Amino acid sequence: MQDKSILEQYVEIAGADVVEHLRQLARRLKGLHVVHVNSTRVGGGVAEILHKMVPLMQELGIETSWEVIEGEAAFYQCTKNFHNAIQGNRVNIPETQLKIYEETNAQTAEILRESLQDADIVLVHDPQPAALINHFPDRKGKWVWRCHIDASRPFRPVWKYLRNYVSQYNASIFSLAGFAQRLPHPVYLIAPSIDPLHEKNVELDEREIREVYERFKIDPERPVILQVSRYDRFKDPVGVIQAYKLAKEFIPHLQLVLAGGGATDDPEGEIVLNDVRSAAEDDPDINILVLPGDAHRTINALQRAATIVLQKSIREGFGLTVTEAMWKNKPVIGGDTGGIRIQVTNYHTGFLVNTPEGAALRIRYLLHNQDKLLEMGLKAREFVRENFLITRHLREYLTLIYVLLHGEKDRIELD
Amino acid sequence: MEANKSETAPFFIKDCALIAIATGKRAQNLRELREHLRDISPNSIYYHFWGGLLRPRFDDPEYHNDFAIWIAHGLHNKVLAERLAVIDPAKLEAPEDLRDELIETIEEYLDEAEYLTWSKRDDQFEFIRSQMVVFDTHISVREPEEFVQAVPRMAVGSIFYHFIDGRRRNENSLDDFQNWLLEFGNKYNDLRMNIDRIDPYFPPLKVLRDELSEVFNNYFKG
Repeated sequence: MQDKSILEQYVEIAGADVVEHLRQLARRLKGLHVVHVNSTRVGGGVAEILHKMVPLMQELGIETSWEVIEGEAAFYQCTKNFHNAIQGNRVNIPETQLKIYEETNAQTAEILRESLQDADIVLVHDPQPAALINHFPDRKGKWVWRCHIDASRPFRPVWKYLRNYVSQYNASIFSLAGFAQRLPHPVYLIAPSIDPLHEKNVELDEREIREVYERFKIDPERPVILQVSRYDRFKDPVGVIQAYKLAKEFIPHLQLVLAGGGATDDPEGEIVLNDVRSAAEDDPDINILVLPGDAHRTINALQRAATIVLQKSIREGFGLTVTEAMWKNKPVIGGDTGGIRIQVTNYHTGFLVNTPEGAALRIRYLLHNQDKLLEMGLKAREFVRENFLITRHLREYLTLIYVLLHGEKDRIELD
Repeated sequence: MEANKSETAPFFIKDCALIAIATGKRAQNLRELREHLRDISPNSIYYHFWGGLLRPRFDDPEYHNDFAIWIAHGLHNKVLAERLAVIDPAKLEAPEDLRDELIETIEEYLDEAEYLTWSKRDDQFEFIRSQMVVFDTHISVREPEEFVQAVPRMAVGSIFYHFIDGRRRNENSLDDFQNWLLEFGNKYNDLRMNIDRIDPYFPPLKVLRDELSEVFNNYFKG
């Protein structure tokens, strides 16, 4: 697998027809200069996708580069505040931080001038580099702002500030229609994706899966339900424990694993984790794991070891943990919210639920219907293969580039 | 009079890719939906009826257009959802007919309704439109018999473009296959009738490809 080009590796996973479609679509884009700009090369979903997206576009003959905006601690504090405010938290950002944000963008604009000024397409990811556009009044190409955040209910004063920059772009991209804001340019909808070759998603051998059973003292002979998510009230980990307890009355050998990130700069996280621990009441069949941010293979193995995966969120962005679990042949019991809704369909890839009771009922249903569980798992994987792999994401980026270059027509016929 | 091989232009197999665009128009109840339906672009109505074939959904969804899906799940109104679900866009020739049919059905229900239900804020109907990029695959067919080999190899995007999208591009509202066969005069009338019997609305594109393939295969190899 290693000796093959990236596209060839995807032929085996996504299918030869999918890769051929990409090649045909990219044929007329050869030589085009595309630049992605984000705020980090390491960590986070955006960087993960760009690590594959950029070489894939290069392999298709598109001159693609990846630039990063960097700043001091106050810059990141400001952009973290932007992130929280776009998600709806009432965050008042001090003027001093905004000034640093603007200065960092101005300085970065000078560093990146050569790369960005003449690029045909510039894809700016999230708010961190959004203000760069202010410094390129004579830009040659089309600039697109890609918002990976759920902006359905932004904190208005902060959105108003950012909107001044975002409005200057030729277009923007949101993950779902419900996440989008009105803007004075076309707002495209492109769902995120997972990379099947990433450590989080690659196939693992049995030994590695067995190892997590041993490490976390999970009994491989008994059913395991799993939720992977940070300890956040919107992910409803306490509701997961309630569902587990309700189901355990009927399935006494049931085990629950909650796997989430460690205490970060989010003070709420520690409080929620304490609530989770007290709700678990020292039940030996509940495993509460606090894993480091780079424990990708461990998460991968846990998802493969689980019988059913839960994502019982009350509010959710796209929910890529759902996609990851489905890719591993797991039916998902998910909260009826956000992007979980377009991934989970009742009786096909899992169940949508609104309460711990609903989740408990579906756990019992699946554990008593093993054939259905396996069938839904297979369907889930195929659904992800067709819709949520990076190859689909890339196809939509290529389509977007054409429509940016050819204007607002409903149908663009290429020669 | 029948055209011969040399007089008929080849059938160029094309492929397409669709990208969705948020219109910013949203509805939280039936009245809002009806008001937007009055002036939303025909492209958006088309997208909500046919776009499902090219985006994430299951092969056997409960309802086949986005309006019926939302009314069933967002407004929990199964009665109207069923009435809207039976609207078959393949049977309506002009895009405006589809708009009229939708509005008429909703208004009829509004006349009967005692009160309006509202969807949750996160469950609003989002009007979406799309842009399509069409490209040549550099594969062409000169004789109808060649479709026996060519159809099974066609991408789903090609099936969408020729079998679905063709109906709104061609003045006679026929798909591209039938439209091209007409150039041979009456020679392939039976074949055209068999293609015409394929219901384009319900099956997913892969199944449509299989059905088309079977029609060509039976006709030429039968």
